[in-house]
Amino acid sequence: MNVLFDEPGPRARRRIQVATVVSVLGGALLFALAVRQFAVNGELDWKKWAPYTQWPNWRYLLTALGQTLLAAALSAGIGGLAGLLLAVARASRNVVVSGLARAYMETVRVIPAVLLIYVVLFVLPSLGLDLPLLWKLVVPLAVSSSAQFGEIFRAGILSLDRGQGEAAAALGLSTGQSMRLVILPQALRRVVPSLVSQTGGVLKDTSLGFFVSYAELLFSGKVLIGYYQNQLLIQTYLVIGVIYFAANYALSRFARWLERRGERTVKSR
Amino acid sequence: MDVLLDNSGAFAEGVVTTVELTALSFVGALAIALVVVTFRVSPVKPLRLFGTAYVEIFQNVPLLLWILFFVFGLPKLGIQFELFTTAVLAVSMYSAAYYAEALRTGINTVATGQAEAARALGLGFGQSLRWVILPQALRSVVQPLGNLTVMLLMNTALAAGAGLVELSTAANRINLVEAEPILIFSGAAVVYALLALVITAITRLLERKLVIHR
Repeated sequence: MNVLFDEPGPRARRRIQVATVVSVLGGALLFALAVRQFAVNGELDWKKWAPYTQWPNWRYLLTALGQTLLAAALSAGIGGLAGLLLAVARASRNVVVSGLARAYMETVRVIPAVLLIYVVLFVLPSLGLDLPLLWKLVVPLAVSSSAQFGEIFRAGILSLDRGQGEAAAALGLSTGQSMRLVILPQALRRVVPSLVSQTGGVLKDTSLGFFVSYAELLFSGKVLIGYYQNQLLIQTYLVIGVIYFAANYALSRFARWLERRGERTVKSR
Repeated sequence: MDVLLDNSGAFAEGVVTTVELTALSFVGALAIALVVVTFRVSPVKPLRLFGTAYVEIFQNVPLLLWILFFVFGLPKLGIQFELFTTAVLAVSMYSAAYYAEALRTGINTVATGQAEAARALGLGFGQSLRWVILPQALRSVVQPLGNLTVMLLMNTALAAGAGLVELSTAANRINLVEAEPILIFSGAAVVYALLALVITAITRLLERKLVIHR
């Protein structure tokens, strides 16, 4: 139950019942309209769905999912590591180091990933650096996610009690030692759920492979749509949408599970 | 600099499109989010389910896929708007899921006593939400909404995938002609950064005016 209503009285109960019936009918009507729109335009015809009962098409899309996961893992891994370094640099007492880290994070935050992709596609080759296809996707995503991961780690470090750093200093640990032995182990544990959900964001961003022609899910979908002469456009996008949803939903469930588990360990202490 | 000056017309058009796309999508997203969050906290179970499904579905599928589906898929179902309108629709509906989650967090921060007091005054669900809870919830999420709006601005660049000539596409096209990638893309990046700065400044202003310090 939430704060907005408590145990309803007889009149409120009746109203809720009416609203329930009306909303179910409304939903059914909308659904029927959508199905009708599909049917009228011939998008429900069996021949438009039959290709997705065949293994070769699924094998093609699952291979593409593998490429998506590979790109996501590399981007999140590199971006996460860079983010950790950025957060530590921002916590540094050296003004130049923390200033540079801050400037980097603030700048990357306000540049669209698409623009970073164009930089890798057009600027780097003009400087004589032509990356392999996978890295044309991974490098921009790692750069843009490093700033987001950095913010997460920073929030974790800032969420710790001041006393932790002070106690470490009192024990005679150097700044580096107290960061490595006292602050980071605690901060990292706190931010694990956010890291996982940010990884979900990176997974979605791999769809930018569409711009670099890297054979991840979305681009492979485009290829498949072209192969069937645009006849299966709706069906292909729906199938790909379901695959993205399944992968991302699993990841966000995992994040929520970690979050709940974390709460429990904190309470039990 | 000459390259940017020579193409200032095309560049400016891109900037205007990006600004319009961002502004309209922001309004659309906030409007949809208010409805979705109302559904999510309502006492009517089917509406709650719909609200949750909306948020989960839009948050777990990439925006670029939504844009492509709206622009190329909907016409196959006999639903067709202008490209710009379709882009606004896709970006609004996608961002609304995030705005709705932020608003829900805001609603959860409103003290329980507020809702109890509203009920004690005889206000119903809709009335207490409209007059008591949402005004306070909105105030407490100004900062997150601002961050989400910067994200929305970044996301408008994805409309490039469907061929909308916004700032990033304009830069790309100018580059294809002029082949001065460093200058052109830094120019575009600077404009994006400035626009984000404007959003951040407005957020700060609103926050100073609205936020209740407890």
